[in-house]
Amino acid sequence: MAYSDKVMDHYENPRNVGTMDKEDKGVGTGMVGAPACGDVMKLQIKVGANGVIEDAKFKTYGCGSAIASSSLLTEWVKGKTLDEASEIKNSQIAEELALPPVKVHCSVLAEDAIKAAIKDFQDKQ
Amino acid sequence: MKLPIYLDYSATTPTDPRVAEKMIECLTLEGNFGNPASRSHSFGWAADDAVELARKQVADLVNCDPKEIIWTSGATESDNLAIKGAAHFYQKKGKHIITCKTEHKAVLDSCRQLEREGFEVTYLDPESNGLIDLAKLEEAMRDDTILVSIMHVNNEIGVIQDIETIAELTRARGIIFHVDAAQSAGKIDIDLKNSKVDLMSFSAHKIYGPKGIGALFVRRKPRVRLEAQIHGGGHERGLRSGTLPVHQIVGMGEAFRIAKEEMAEENVRFQALRDRLEKGFSDIEETYINGDMDKRITGNLNISFNYVEGESLIMAIKDLAVSSGSACTSASLEPSYVLRAIGRSDELAHSSIRFTIGRFTTEEEIDYTIKLLHDSIDKLRELSPLWDMFKEGIDLDSVKWAAH
Repeated sequence: MAYSDKVMDHYENPRNVGTMDKEDKGVGTGMVGAPACGDVMKLQIKVGANGVIEDAKFKTYGCGSAIASSSLLTEWVKGKTLDEASEIKNSQIAEELALPPVKVHCSVLAEDAIKAAIKDFQDKQ
Repeated sequence: MKLPIYLDYSATTPTDPRVAEKMIECLTLEGNFGNPASRSHSFGWAADDAVELARKQVADLVNCDPKEIIWTSGATESDNLAIKGAAHFYQKKGKHIITCKTEHKAVLDSCRQLEREGFEVTYLDPESNGLIDLAKLEEAMRDDTILVSIMHVNNEIGVIQDIETIAELTRARGIIFHVDAAQSAGKIDIDLKNSKVDLMSFSAHKIYGPKGIGALFVRRKPRVRLEAQIHGGGHERGLRSGTLPVHQIVGMGEAFRIAKEEMAEENVRFQALRDRLEKGFSDIEETYINGDMDKRITGNLNISFNYVEGESLIMAIKDLAVSSGSACTSASLEPSYVLRAIGRSDELAHSSIRFTIGRFTTEEEIDYTIKLLHDSIDKLRELSPLWDMFKEGIDLDSVKWAAH
C-alpha cells in the first residue's frame, strides 16, 4: 500500500505519544476500536479551567494510517475549546492525510476517539 | 549489504544464474528454439532432446521414471489437473474427496469447483502445530472416497506432513493420493519409487527456476488415470496439450539438477541461519512461533509478535521483503486462513511475519533483520495501548471492545 508523505511523517515521527493519569479530574480519556479489527486508539486530553484543551496524548495499536490519524488529531485539538474539538470531522483528517478509501475508517476512529475523550471529561465534572 | 533484504523465498526465488544461462540458449535463431513436436527436422529433434533431458533431471530429484513427469504451467495447474482430472476420471467409483483447511488455494479452489459439480469434500482441521492427525484423516475416509489431497510442506508455516504414512492409508483403500510438493521439492528428500503417492505437483520458481513452468508426477505402476483439463494437440500423452516451452522446461530441469546436487549442503546452511534468526528473537517478549518447529523445513520461520499490528509492523520493517500470511492473500486485510485454521486469534494472525531463507541469504542480512525487528517492535509497543494494558496485567479478552 502506498502511503502519502504526511502519513509517513506522522508514522515515522508520531507527535504527542504518551499517557496521562486517567483518574485526574481534568483529564478525559477515550479508547475506541477493537484488537480483533486491527485497531485500538487511546486519546487523552487535559482540559484547563477555561475549557480549553491544554494538552493531548495518544497511543494507537493499528496500521500506519491509524497511527497518523491519531497523531494528527492530538496536534489539532491542542488549544481548541471542547466545542471546537468536537466539531473536527473525520473527512478533514482523511483529506489532510490523503487517506485512500480503504483507510478512511482510521479517520472515523480518530473522530470517535476525540468525542469519547470529551464525553469522559464531561462525565467527570 | 543491499537493501531491501529478500527474505521471501517461499513466495518465489530469483532464477539461479546457471539456470538463466541454460534458458537463454533456447530462444534465438542461433539457439535451440525448435518445437519439440516437430518430428521432421533437426530443430525439432534438438528441442525434444533438451526437453527429455530436463524431464530426466526433474525425475532424478524425486526418484521417479521420467515418463511419469507431465509438464504444466506451474504448481497451480498441476494441482488443478491432478484434482479435477482424477475426480472426473474416477467419479463413477465415488464422489467424495478429502483435503485440509491449510492447503494452498489452488487445491482448495479446485475442490470448491468440484463441489459445484456435485462432489462432496471434507476439509480437515489441522492440529495447533499445523500437522494433520492421521487418525482423524483415516476416520474421514469412506467407501466412496476417491481422492485425498494433502500438501507436503505448508507454504506459510513450513510444516512437513507425513505423506508416506498417508499414502499407506490411501493405497490400502484404493484411494488416489495427490500431494502438492511446490514447497518441498528441492528442500527435503522425495523418493517416489519407494512411495505410494499417486500424484505430485511441482513448481520451478520456488527452487531457483523460472516462473510459468511446473510438472505433475502421474504414477504408472499402478497406473493412475486422469481426465485432461486442457485439450489440443495431444502433447504430454494427451494429459496436457500445448506447445512445450523449451526454455522454461530446460530452466526447470537445470534448477532441479542443481537442487539435487546442493540440497543437503544448503539445508545445513539454512538451518544455521534460521536458528540464528530464531535465537535473535528469543528475547522479545510475547512472541509465538506458528507451526511445529521440528517437522519443518529449514528455511522457514513464521512468528507472531503480540500487541503489534501487522500492517504497521510491515511498514516499520520496510527494509525487509517478508510476507505477512501468504503473498496470494496479503493484498486483502483478511488474516491468514492458515493461521486461523491452526487456532491463532485474529490479532496473532494479523501480527505474523513469515521469514523464508534461501540460496542468497547471508549471516549479515540475518543480523540486520534481528536488530531491525527489535527496534521496530520496541517502537510499536511504545505506541500500543494494548501493550500498556498487558503490562498492567489487564486481560484483554475480558475487555468489552466496541467492534467496528
